[in-house]
Amino acid sequence: MISEDQTIVQIRKKIARNELRDYLFSIIGLLATLIGFVLLFTLIIDLLIDGFPRLGWQFFTSYPSRFPEKAGILSAWVGTTLVMVVTAATAVPLGIATGIYLEEYARKNWLTHLIEINMNNLAGVPSIIYGLLALGLFVYFFKFGESILTGGLTLGLLILPMVVIATRESIRAIPNSIREASYALGATKWQTIKDHILPYSFGGVLTGIIIGLSRAIGETAPIITVGALTFIAFLPSSPVTAEFPFLSFKWLFDPFTVMPIQMFNWVSRPQKGFHLNAAAAGIILLIMTLLMNGFAIYLRHRFRKRIKW
Amino acid sequence: MKERAIENSLLLSALSSIFVSLAIVFVLFFEAFAFFKVVTVWEFITGKQWTPLFAQPKFGILPLVSGTLLVTSIAVGVALPIGLIVAVYLSEYAPFKIKEVAKPILEILAAVPTVVYGYFALLFLTPILQKFIPNLSGFNALSPGIIMGIMIIPYVSSVSEDAMKAVPMQIREGSYAMGATKFQTAFRVVIPSAFSGIAAAFIIGISRAIGETMVVAIAAGMMPNWTWNPLEPIQTLTAYIVGVSLGDLPHGTLEYQTIFAAGITLFLMTLFLNILGFWFRKRIREVY
Amino acid sequence: MVRGGIETMIPEQLKAEVKGLNFYYESHQALKNICLPIADRRITALIGPSGCGKTTYLRCFNRMHDLYPNNRYEGEIILFPDGLNIVDPKVDPIEVRMRISMVFQKPNPFPKTLFENVAYGLRVRGEKKKSLIEEKVVRALKQAALWEEVKDRIHDLAFNLSGGQQQRLCIARALATEPEILLFDEPTSALDPTATSKIEELIIQLKKEVTIIIVTHNMQQAARVSDYTAFMYLGEIIEFDKTDKVFTNPSKKLTEDYITGRFG
Repeated sequence: MISEDQTIVQIRKKIARNELRDYLFSIIGLLATLIGFVLLFTLIIDLLIDGFPRLGWQFFTSYPSRFPEKAGILSAWVGTTLVMVVTAATAVPLGIATGIYLEEYARKNWLTHLIEINMNNLAGVPSIIYGLLALGLFVYFFKFGESILTGGLTLGLLILPMVVIATRESIRAIPNSIREASYALGATKWQTIKDHILPYSFGGVLTGIIIGLSRAIGETAPIITVGALTFIAFLPSSPVTAEFPFLSFKWLFDPFTVMPIQMFNWVSRPQKGFHLNAAAAGIILLIMTLLMNGFAIYLRHRFRKRIKW
Repeated sequence: MKERAIENSLLLSALSSIFVSLAIVFVLFFEAFAFFKVVTVWEFITGKQWTPLFAQPKFGILPLVSGTLLVTSIAVGVALPIGLIVAVYLSEYAPFKIKEVAKPILEILAAVPTVVYGYFALLFLTPILQKFIPNLSGFNALSPGIIMGIMIIPYVSSVSEDAMKAVPMQIREGSYAMGATKFQTAFRVVIPSAFSGIAAAFIIGISRAIGETMVVAIAAGMMPNWTWNPLEPIQTLTAYIVGVSLGDLPHGTLEYQTIFAAGITLFLMTLFLNILGFWFRKRIREVY
Repeated sequence: MVRGGIETMIPEQLKAEVKGLNFYYESHQALKNICLPIADRRITALIGPSGCGKTTYLRCFNRMHDLYPNNRYEGEIILFPDGLNIVDPKVDPIEVRMRISMVFQKPNPFPKTLFENVAYGLRVRGEKKKSLIEEKVVRALKQAALWEEVKDRIHDLAFNLSGGQQQRLCIARALATEPEILLFDEPTSALDPTATSKIEELIIQLKKEVTIIIVTHNMQQAARVSDYTAFMYLGEIIEFDKTDKVFTNPSKKLTEDYITGRFG
């Protein structure tokens, strides 16, 4: 009948239109996804073009200077390394301990709830607020001054939520039957944690720590706020001394700078020469960050293969 | 009673999170309190000039707030729609191979240090934009806004995608069984079901943009400017704090306290957003 | 069940005696006034439909319920010869677990080597002498009829064993500490028939050395393996007697209905 044919034709037209819209959207979706890729690609090429020629032994072993060709990142990468040591020393024990407590010991009461709310909230606080906290608390109240210790503590607190979350997720992945098997053999809670929970969650925790540290390496704002200097032409005191006791902690209280601050400083100068230096520093930062993230993902993969739950 | 001692020391570590939160609130309020003894709250929140280091200082926070909101709006205007589209594409359309490549790239995008993005905004994007927009100033809100937007896409897309993945397959199948296309299913069925999660993703994106420091410190300028024109230089709350910290500021002076006043403004803005986000995430759990 | 009659219910030496055991999950009562003898070096089986409380009852013996909040025991489980009340809150659950071991429903070896799995119970007790640990591990693996199959790969990861082998590993692990009672919680329900019969043979062998309580939803298994059987329903003991009698001539109608498959 005529009306039925027309209806079928209309339906087919509608379907065609819908499918066209579907197809168009899949194109748009792909393009949208590519935006990030395009940006990353352009960014890397741009950095490489400007910065690659500057990379070299001289760049790594020179101090910053008024002359862009002579400037280097020595004080910056030493500072970054030392600050990372303090950061790790802060975030790792505190983060793992908190994670263990929340997963193995905490009961479902108001205190646990409060701790968890705080942890989630802190993860969303802008990094510069941590800088202000550190300024008031570490620099002036505890009188640590504008030092490596302060910088490390600040970043340690900043990445603390990341370590806690990684620890908790790794511990949660351990099936309860393993815990019961351990307790059934007469183990105490701490023995079960020490002999089973910690070793089996190690891979996930390590991954979280590395990702946290890679984030900390790139952090600039809180470090500027606690008074890292942008032009340092000397290194902090060495941790290793020539006389007994061969170990010194003076470096903790020395002024310092870090890689991202050095890059920031160079970008802010008008001379093109410094911009090239900034690009070179940027390349190094990018490589460090990507290597650490890549390594973390590789570790996660390897540990997942060893332990199949 | 070694077990007891171990439990207590672990508890102490866990309490550190509460300690940090309290310390943040305490430090901010303590210094801000000193600030507000000198500057009235009224002048602070309504003044349109922020010149604390001038001989005749003015302490109106509005230029910094407008700077923050302007850049954030641009960033969010880029990140939210694109982030959502990417999430829909990856969750409902993309073949496995594309997902395998796209996901790591998005992760890398989120991992790049923000100074590097700042460099890119100032030295690459701004000159290019200036070719199309002749009266674009060297420092402006548009360029960092766009870069920040792209930087935030991974946050929006991954949380939105998680929210959409949580929608059970049966609901989708119900839609497909009625002859709907992927597009119709995604936008009429999946997104509304995942609404709370997507809202939470949006809030995370906005919060991230508000708190961003280095991209704007490098590319937006260090001049507080009460304007909504993205082509002019502006200064955000975050950039102000950094700018002041770069210089020499004796502890206890009014100028020193201004960074805490800016800080507390920033803190309250992100706190409000976090609470909103938390509320939305609670709603997700109630739905499923 | 008449309290005074427990000692005379069976003409054998007792390893343990359950007197008036009640158990509460929060406010819900899961076990009601359980009174049972556990014969020394015999196999006592517990049968009953899903949810009747048999696993709950079993887990009272090694205080597993203490691991989770809001649980409460009432009554007594007396261990002989010393008369310790297992469920007394003043008694340390760890002490109980050192005397009573458990094998779980689904094999749960640790992601460690076979050797370390079996040795763990010994290490937890502070045993440090390498030679002694080795000796006990080998003995346990032999007792669990696993030694011949794994003696060349004792330092391999336990995950590489088959399901049946993993369960025998868990039995070896439970035996290494020379427990006084060995609890089996549906030990073969996750295994194939060949593995099942191997383990049933093993359990019958083991009773020479250790008292065994086994929970099973497989009635034929209870009939094959055990000396005494208790039938449980809705948290109460309906009937308890020598296995032969329970299966051929039960005295309660409920028991007979369950055994003949009318329900459960």
